Amino acid sequence: MTILLFGITKDIVGSSTLSMPSTSEFGSKKTKTVKELKEYLGIMYPDLNKLSSLAIAVNNSYADDDTIIDNFDEIALIPPVSGG
Amino acid sequence: MEFNRYQRQTNLKEFGPEAQQKLKDARVLVIGAGGLGTPALSYLNAMGVGTLGIIEQDNIELTNLQRQVLYKEVDLGKSKLKTLVAHLKSQNSATNFIAFEKFLNRENALEIISQFDLVLDGSDNFPTRYLVNDACVILNKPFVSGAIQGFEGQLSVYNYKGGPTYRCLFPNMPSQNEIPNCNENGVLGVIPGIIGSLQALEVVKIITHIGEIMAGKLLLFNGLAHNYQTIKFNANPKNFQLLSLKESYGNESCEAIATIGSEAFLKIWESNNNLQVIDVRTEEEFKKDSWIQSKAVNIPLDQLMEVHLEMNSNEPIYLICQSGSRSRTGVSRLQGILKDYSFYNVEGGLNKLMIHQK
Repeated sequence: MTILLFGITKDIVGSSTLSMPSTSEFGSKKTKTVKELKEYLGIMYPDLNKLSSLAIAVNNSYADDDTIIDNFDEIALIPPVSGG
Repeated sequence: MEFNRYQRQTNLKEFGPEAQQKLKDARVLVIGAGGLGTPALSYLNAMGVGTLGIIEQDNIELTNLQRQVLYKEVDLGKSKLKTLVAHLKSQNSATNFIAFEKFLNRENALEIISQFDLVLDGSDNFPTRYLVNDACVILNKPFVSGAIQGFEGQLSVYNYKGGPTYRCLFPNMPSQNEIPNCNENGVLGVIPGIIGSLQALEVVKIITHIGEIMAGKLLLFNGLAHNYQTIKFNANPKNFQLLSLKESYGNESCEAIATIGSEAFLKIWESNNNLQVIDVRTEEEFKKDSWIQSKAVNIPLDQLMEVHLEMNSNEPIYLICQSGSRSRTGVSRLQGILKDYSFYNVEGGLNKLMIHQK
């Protein structure tokens, strides 16, 4: 699973992409939904939890918490940006 | 003259003279004449949009010039709005300009936006962006939103023919300091030129009914990798149920109060002997600083609301402190009760002024 990072999430994680080898490596619990992925990323990168709005896209479509994800999906973390 | 002038686009079979007439009849409001607003306005004006409204209250600062390419070194310290309108008039004398030398706020948003067909949001802060969204939803106007940070940009058309709104993608407004803005985080000069131009393109497509509108789609532009990625998203019906604006859009943040940049302030400080300046630091801090004493009066922030202000309401009043934080609070408080006066916060306070003096 590839996670693309935009805006401030890139600064929080420290790179522009994250690679997740397989769902089985997310500790004891498998990450099957967007909600679980958010929780996992929140533990790894606690500053992500501070964002009021963070859109998640799965395969270029906006995803809500219940969206199912698997190894082959491309995920994007999209915070709003305000610069003009 | 007009037919010749626009010939290169009226020759396009998808566009034609009919689309040109639609542009001429259109009324577009551009919010913010900065990195996004200036390229967008240049093209909308050149292409023949009949009426252009512009909202902006800042003055031109040296640090604007790397990305706001219409402004020149000789314009430093001048009003962005007046400088820009003069430039645009010389570019296209047929355009009708409606200039608002103010910031969009909760009180004026509905009245201003209602005068236009659609909005181009080039503002530089979240409170204004959420205010634009809510006002456009209430008034049923589409808005073309662009935003930039670092080497990246975002673009979408919100509230277009029942399509999703800004809140469908980002429901909650980030709190202050949660996400850095251009002033703190920086932006590569050409990025707003790209995104602002794309915004102008979407505006023209909406007006003339050509092509596919970026509604329900978010463009993510990454200048370093040179990627254009499009994310699809849907409307959440509850975001259309707005009947009135929110009580507050974060009054202490960026554009909600009037500010003057340190360079612009230094210029008027040197040229105007009757400048009205209030130093809101403590008496102790004020006394250490002979430079500020020469023209400013000292009213510490905690006494600001108790003092009877003996100043001229026809001239601006500038509030200053060490870093610009206390004076911001001061401007917010005073402006709230003294509507006849115009208060400005000296951005960055004395710290920033000292950098320029050296």
